[in-house]
Amino acid sequence: MMKKILAMLLAVLMTVGVLAGCGGADVSGKKENDGASVIKVGTSGPLTGDNAVYGVAVKNGLELAFEEINALGDLQFEVKAEDDEADSEKAVNAYNTLMDWGMQIMAGPTTSGSAAATAQKCAADKVFMLTPSASDPAVIAAGDNVFQICFTDLNQGKASAQYIKDHNLATKIGIIYDSSSPYSAGIYNTFKAEAAALGLEIAIEAPFTEGTKGDLTTQVTMCQQANCDLVFLPIYTSEAVKVLSVANSNGYAPKYFGCDGLDGILSVENFDTSLAEGVMLLTPFDATATDEKTQSFVTKYTEKYGTAPNQFAADAYDVAYAIYEACKAGGVTADMSAEEVNAIMVEQITKMSFDGLTGQAMQWGADGAVSKDPMAVVIENGIYVGMD
Amino acid sequence: MDFLQYFIDGLYIGAIYAIIALGYTMVYGIAKMLNFAHGDVIMVGAYMSYTFVSASGMPVYLSIPIAMVICTVLGIVIEGLAYKPLRGTSSLAVLITAIGVSYFLQNAAQLIWGPAEIGFNRLVNAKPFLLFGGKLRISPEAMVTLAIAVVIMVALTTFVNRTQTGKAMRAVAEDRDAAQLMGINVNRTISITFAIGSALAAVAGVLLCSKVQSVSPTVGSMPGIRAFTAAVFGGIGSIPGAMLGGMLLGLVETLTGAFISTQFSDAIVFLILIVVLLVKPAGLLGKQTQEKV
Repeated sequence: MMKKILAMLLAVLMTVGVLAGCGGADVSGKKENDGASVIKVGTSGPLTGDNAVYGVAVKNGLELAFEEINALGDLQFEVKAEDDEADSEKAVNAYNTLMDWGMQIMAGPTTSGSAAATAQKCAADKVFMLTPSASDPAVIAAGDNVFQICFTDLNQGKASAQYIKDHNLATKIGIIYDSSSPYSAGIYNTFKAEAAALGLEIAIEAPFTEGTKGDLTTQVTMCQQANCDLVFLPIYTSEAVKVLSVANSNGYAPKYFGCDGLDGILSVENFDTSLAEGVMLLTPFDATATDEKTQSFVTKYTEKYGTAPNQFAADAYDVAYAIYEACKAGGVTADMSAEEVNAIMVEQITKMSFDGLTGQAMQWGADGAVSKDPMAVVIENGIYVGMD
Repeated sequence: MDFLQYFIDGLYIGAIYAIIALGYTMVYGIAKMLNFAHGDVIMVGAYMSYTFVSASGMPVYLSIPIAMVICTVLGIVIEGLAYKPLRGTSSLAVLITAIGVSYFLQNAAQLIWGPAEIGFNRLVNAKPFLLFGGKLRISPEAMVTLAIAVVIMVALTTFVNRTQTGKAMRAVAEDRDAAQLMGINVNRTISITFAIGSALAAVAGVLLCSKVQSVSPTVGSMPGIRAFTAAVFGGIGSIPGAMLGGMLLGLVETLTGAFISTQFSDAIVFLILIVVLLVKPAGLLGKQTQEKV
């Protein structure tokens, strides 16, 4: 008898609990919308760890841009950056933290692996996502409301191969890439396919992994033994500086061609930047460009953070302005729910034409990719010089 | 010719693994514990060298003794604070503590020097010797590294076999309780072992970072694990075994990378390890101890 009463009591309690849960969600939803007078923009990226240089640049670029936008006086934004250490699991945690905070727009994450995981969540929850720098095509494939402002890995691999072919840069190509990184492996795949189509000879493919990236001597020696005259490096700077240094001490001096991951190679501490002379890379942003917009951005950024901005900061800065323009054109207000904002943003972004630091007249397709051509630069006397 | 080139490359990294493995094997042999923080002491040694070299502009080789002294002190402090209080408890507790120390050192380094890779100056800044019309390159640094590894092994063997402290070490390794009853100061002996192991780690750290020409807070963790493997491979507790294991591991890793796949070189290395341990469970030069029942 006692047991039955207890069971009944528990059942009643549970039912009440469920109902209370529903009510609770409603109340909290309202509260978060009514109380806010700012549009909440979240981002996540590696703010600590090996790739912190990228995450911090994105955070800085967003903060700088939204400060400027808030000073204009119409729409007001608040930006919050969470650390995901470029780890997809931590990125989901970061996303949940941001959602608890009341995020209405996702302006991140920085790296591809994290962004692919976050994109799934954004697609399911109908939160608009515009990543500054996650270039893996898998990111935008996650949903109709996920967009990129950087060119995709597909584009980078293809453009690199075409560039090398058009300028007759190589007869024998060696590739050193990180097979455990979606970014690096993604570029490698499209580069290889395009190189085959163009008739470029890839003599050596020397992948490394997360576990073996500490020592890349074997990879460099393989390219050297095969007499490759160009080494393609679709990798990040922390590994690229090892390749350049080891090749130099082995007396090996091929041409190097890299993608946007090499951006920042000149700011590695205690690295002999003379080794980077002549390195070619694809980047949409050139901090030495003389137009007024770039100059103003570079000056302000350098003043505020003490270092010159790289491409990641510029991409993030563009993301902020693209969000601002789309919000203004679509009449987004701070009291809308993330889902309402999402619908407006998707509509606005696919019909806008946006001029930013990293490209003119950028347009987005329904697939989430941006129309923007990668630009090649070569490092000369410690600065990027545009190539045609 | 390619083979010879990779063989030399393999000996070079193998010599570094060997020096790290010597530290693992000594500590295991005498204190009967796996010091998983060993790889991170390597990292601290490298950062110390970097700090002194970049602050004073001294050549890298002069920074080695300084790094050794600092790492020796660090090793004794770690042992005294983290491991000594746990002496006599389960070996699992000590193992977990060692992993904790490892994380502590990595994160401390990240706080002090930042998370990004930093360039590292070379020990011997010279062009490689070219043989056979430039087809074979031998870097002077590789020769120096190999020489250092051999000198360390000979010195260590002599120390353990010929000195009073060495005798005490062997006694503690054989039977800790009996050694104590014979009047050997076990705690002091274990501290000395840690001191020597950490000094070796400092040397290995400088040699390793000089090879890859960069240093970061996680620079020691993978080489640490590989060197541990090498120590097991050669027979843990045995000094020549660690040397042999390190060299073989370096060779296998480089040659499989060059001729089979750089992507799967780790998998192949560890597969070979498993096979060797199945055939010879005590490792190549390990002592087969018989359990008396």
